[in-house]
Amino acid sequence: MTGGLWSWEQAAAALPPILEGFRVTLVATVVGMVIAAVLGLVIALVRRSAGRWLTVPVGLFVELVRSTPLLVQLVFVYLMLPSVPALVIGCTVLGVHYATYLSEVYRAGIEAVPRGQWEAATALDLPRARVWRAVVLPQAVRNTLPGLGNYAISMFKETPYLFSISVVEMFTAAQQYGAATFDYTEALTMVGLIFLAVSYPTSLLVRRMENRLA
Amino acid sequence: MPDNLQSLVDALPRLGEGVVVTLQLTLGGAALAFVLAVALGLAARARSLWLRTPTRVVVEFFRGTSLVVQLFWLFYVLPVFGFRLESMAVGIVALGLNYGAYGSEVVRGSLNAVPVGQWEATKALSLGPVHRVRRVILPQAWALMIPLLTNLLIQLLKGSALATYILLHDVNYEIGQLRIATRDTFFSYAVGLLVYFALAYVLTLGMNALEVRAKRRVGAGPTLREVVRLAPVPTSVGAGAA
Amino acid sequence: MPEPHAPTPAGDPTGAPAIELVDVVKRFGATTVLDGLSFAVAKGERVALIGPSGSGKTTILRLLMTLEEADGGFLYVDGEPYTHEVRDGRRVPIPEKRRRRVRRRVGMVFQQFNLFPNMTVLGNIIEAPVHALGLAREEAVARADRLLEQVGMADKRDARPTALSGGQQQRVAIARALAMDPEILLLDEVTSALDPELVVDVLEVLRTLAETTDLTMLIVTHEMQFARDVSHRVLMFDRGRIVEEADPETMFTAPTHVRTQAFLKAVLG
Repeated sequence: MTGGLWSWEQAAAALPPILEGFRVTLVATVVGMVIAAVLGLVIALVRRSAGRWLTVPVGLFVELVRSTPLLVQLVFVYLMLPSVPALVIGCTVLGVHYATYLSEVYRAGIEAVPRGQWEAATALDLPRARVWRAVVLPQAVRNTLPGLGNYAISMFKETPYLFSISVVEMFTAAQQYGAATFDYTEALTMVGLIFLAVSYPTSLLVRRMENRLA
Repeated sequence: MPDNLQSLVDALPRLGEGVVVTLQLTLGGAALAFVLAVALGLAARARSLWLRTPTRVVVEFFRGTSLVVQLFWLFYVLPVFGFRLESMAVGIVALGLNYGAYGSEVVRGSLNAVPVGQWEATKALSLGPVHRVRRVILPQAWALMIPLLTNLLIQLLKGSALATYILLHDVNYEIGQLRIATRDTFFSYAVGLLVYFALAYVLTLGMNALEVRAKRRVGAGPTLREVVRLAPVPTSVGAGAA
Repeated sequence: MPEPHAPTPAGDPTGAPAIELVDVVKRFGATTVLDGLSFAVAKGERVALIGPSGSGKTTILRLLMTLEEADGGFLYVDGEPYTHEVRDGRRVPIPEKRRRRVRRRVGMVFQQFNLFPNMTVLGNIIEAPVHALGLAREEAVARADRLLEQVGMADKRDARPTALSGGQQQRVAIARALAMDPEILLLDEVTSALDPELVVDVLEVLRTLAETTDLTMLIVTHEMQFARDVSHRVLMFDRGRIVEEADPETMFTAPTHVRTQAFLKAVLG
């Protein structure tokens, strides 16, 4: 099928580097999400419990990170830290960026724990740390699971931004293949469809979880 | 540092042009996204499966295939099929399609959130189907959807930074130019991030003003605190939901 | 299910009844709310529907407003098939266009008022006359002013619904329904959402309306005194059936059915 718009040969040739890149995509998503989940919780707790000398700068940092492009942040950190491997920077920046989103998810989850739970714990004279660990957080985490799931999917679809710091994840692999062969059609189309094939079923799962927890 | 400031002053006109390009992308993309969001959001509620199923497919497709891939697909692959778009058009179309799909979920959710009694009253008063949506339901849904649309607008602004890679001289591009001029990465990127932050802040203020007006129109009082609120709270509907 | 048939309108020498239900069945999931219900309301008649919650009274009004779809049976307005008719021996739904024509004669006041918050009081009232009936704006406004006067809300003409008390909102909602000049008015527990001290004004408006017009009214209410004062006839419902039917005097002083006696004892104390 020469001269056609779509070549299965091209598609077959592009697939191995794309699948190689897919591994990197998954690593970035998983590591990024772990960083985001932990850091997001820390931010949420700090903004809730700490004094103004800490909540104000943290709040400002969150606003700044959340309302500026991930793309620019990636390149910024990459240029500032030339000796750090690009994938490490990619995962970290993704993680920090999404931590600012997740801190809001945690905040909402904590606020959704009924006041009565706090009051009951206080009436039982439970130490404050114990109240958090045994009563509030388990309930809050339950509330936040769908939010975490949705942001994980969102992060997965934003991993292509790592092309800007030369991390060869799935999209970069396709782009490099396209640049080398002057034929982007098959590679880019397949990458788009792989994103859809992973994110759509996952979003259905999250939606089902949402309905079950509702 | 004084050298940097001098370079910054020299770079201001170009940075200004970058802001114009970024705003063109953002507002153009937002306008297209809004039209799509309303159309798809209404179609998703249609009774006919013939309308609902294709709507669902379109929405899931553009949410699921990643903005970056869509943008570069339009840039590199669409010309192969005989459609060559200007870079600016590629940017606006990609942003519009992607955020239009997300926005349609916001529109659909807000329409669903209008109390069912309002729909029933329009029926009891024999108002036609188009009229009831336009005059009664949409104004109420509009007030509900603005905060979520604000989140999407900020996401869209951030997404517009991709334009640098399809040869547009937006803010992101001008940051790179400033870095070359000053040879100070930290300085130029700090300036650049602050420019984006300021843009996001201004857009948020504008949307908050719209929200106050819309709320007042449906009889819910405005609060000054909401007008000067710093930034919208992202929710899973706004940025996450796949 | 009984075989579909074209029923003859109930005996009314002057013509068809304003409302007629024949063998109406309505289910919500596994629960059957109305099980073959039939009754008719004459033109100008005011009928009160009483009975415990969940006995299907509100469902009847919602069927007549086509907010719900009956699973069986037929509805007639002025003898005209409304939602379903018999064609080739089968019960078939009537297209929305024809339903709309009939529905225009029916008005409804809701428990939760359902005023449009994005319009003023006046805007709420003239919206449908202008856009559904095609009345000239000035005419609609004149009609609205007359009605606002009638319900005692003339001074709130330009207010927002959210700025009004529940009782005031409900009086506006009554004016809004009347502005469509309906032949039939459905009142669905119009005072149930109101604070006790606001109930009186609304009932007063409705009493006057009953005395001064020949509107056909179907009234679902928990206000027994009101039902007794304004209705010509009272239907006692229990589990989707009419268990007793009488003039108000008899119903409230000498009910015969045990369910009616128990119900009235419970609500009147």
